[in-house]
Amino acid sequence: MQTPLRRVLYLGSAREGTGHFWRQRITAVANVPLVIAFVVVLISVVGRPYPVVVDRLGSPLIAAMLLLMIGSIAVHMRLGMQTVIEDYIHGEGARVAALMANTFFVVVIAVLCGVAILKLALGS
Amino acid sequence: MSTVGLNAKRPLSPHLQIYRVAMTMAMSIIHRITGVGLYLGMALLAWWLVAAASGPAYFHFVNRIFGSWIGLIILFLFTWTLVHHMLGGIRHLIWDTGRGLDKPMRDYLATATLVGSVAITILLWVIGSLVH
Repeated sequence: MQTPLRRVLYLGSAREGTGHFWRQRITAVANVPLVIAFVVVLISVVGRPYPVVVDRLGSPLIAAMLLLMIGSIAVHMRLGMQTVIEDYIHGEGARVAALMANTFFVVVIAVLCGVAILKLALGS
Repeated sequence: MSTVGLNAKRPLSPHLQIYRVAMTMAMSIIHRITGVGLYLGMALLAWWLVAAASGPAYFHFVNRIFGSWIGLIILFLFTWTLVHHMLGGIRHLIWDTGRGLDKPMRDYLATATLVGSVAITILLWVIGSLVH
């Protein structure tokens, strides 16, 4: 039996309610303008000399946009891969290992991109 | 805990191979595959950004790899994967509002996702080669 308060606060057996779904949608919506902006920037630096590429990628607005995009993509890709893992990997040990590997991969990618962008924006 | 009957023959719900392939089903499967592709492809973006931050010598080395014919094929497929997943995602966002779920609209959106993704990918590469 649930008290009215418990019913309001109940977030299901995983205790996150619609958190996964909602974060997937928020990052999906954020990804659309961010990725479009990134593609525009990418096309504008294709084939340009190195100093031009570094200057453009490291300019404050573009670097900020890139950081936002990496953050949004990192959350989105982790949630997406989590769903794929939970759908297809049924052994408990393998699933936990895959979910951990998913998190590690995403964090490494995000930190590599983040450090690179910050170096382009702030480095000499 | 008793495990009797856990391995018994139980009826299974119909799986993929039972159904005739429909456009919406194909696009749904492709949406997931492109998502996984982009996931792995993010390593390429990280590599390129790290190269740009590492200095001109390494940047040119990495750019030569991306600029080789196999690199260009991978980047072209990456572009299509990205555009298709984005259009498929926008389709899902439309469905989230409860709109576009009737059969004609479902089929229209599925076809538009495929046609649009190919068209936009080619357009982006044409623009890219023109400014290059």
